[in-house]
Amino acid sequence: MIAGLAFYLFAAILIACATMVVTSRNPVHSVLYLILGFFNAAGLFLLAGAEFLAMILVIVYVGAVAVLFLFVVMMLDIDFAKMREGFQRYAPFGAVVGGILFLELLMVMGTWQFSGDAAELRLSPVPGGVSNTVALGRVLYTDYVFLFQIAGLILLVAMMGAIVLTLRERPGTRRQVIEDQLAREGKVEILSVPSGKGIRELGIYRPLPKPEPAPKQVSHGHGHGHDDHGHGGHH
Amino acid sequence: MLEIGLGHYLTVSAILFVLGVFGIFLNRKNVIVIMMSIELILLSVNLNLVAFSSRLDDLAGQVFAMLILTVAAAEAAIGLAILVIYFRNRGSIEVEDISTLKG
Repeated sequence: MIAGLAFYLFAAILIACATMVVTSRNPVHSVLYLILGFFNAAGLFLLAGAEFLAMILVIVYVGAVAVLFLFVVMMLDIDFAKMREGFQRYAPFGAVVGGILFLELLMVMGTWQFSGDAAELRLSPVPGGVSNTVALGRVLYTDYVFLFQIAGLILLVAMMGAIVLTLRERPGTRRQVIEDQLAREGKVEILSVPSGKGIRELGIYRPLPKPEPAPKQVSHGHGHGHDDHGHGGHH
Repeated sequence: MLEIGLGHYLTVSAILFVLGVFGIFLNRKNVIVIMMSIELILLSVNLNLVAFSSRLDDLAGQVFAMLILTVAAAEAAIGLAILVIYFRNRGSIEVEDISTLKG
């Protein structure tokens, strides 16, 4: 009863959010509706019993992907009103294609059925008595460990690709050149320093810092009584 | 009516998928919204997999859904990176301008 009502609530908000994502005038609003939609999709996942995936959906999508979208939308300086040109022109065509697709999906849904031995054909049946996360962890790191590794590889490649694509060499910026730093003339010397002793007591040579420049004579407009030679500070 | 079965999930998922496809047609100029539509489509696929996994008591569907989530995240990262450098080079993200590679 409660689950049924919750399902209809989540599904209604999800579909409304998806509609707003594709029809919203401002892409920032689109992203925000997308975030709300993902939250409701996570609710649907919870109702279906996939608790771990629901949490992952919130963390990965809302925490990472949607925020990435938000950053990019706000970073690019785009005239969004110009982007809306052709909105009405493409809408009927898109509606026709979408309607045909939906009808086909409904026809598929109306006629299919499970095979008789569907229960025997299961790849990894849910073990009883453990939570969803435990059950998922048991199969993910044993039966599907190669898929897991491939997923990690995909993420690595995506990360490297994103960095390589957006990394920009700026001429004129100063950066550390480690080989030059290490190969400078005879100034680098390795000493073993016991811990707990100061370098002065050990007699380790250390160049004295340059004498600080004498503080400038500051003329005070207010006419303070003392001059602050040697203090080097200001009020 | 209030008994939630597989058909309900499949219907929601089908509506979501169609909305995603519709969004691709509707926002022909705006690559960002097209990518959001792709995210919606992938979400509907995930919903399908989770619904079947729940109905069949089979964990494989949830594992697949997790992999789709991974691929969707990678796709979003790469796509947005391409978008950023494209905007940096051309000053526009209109799909119709992306014809430089035609030769």
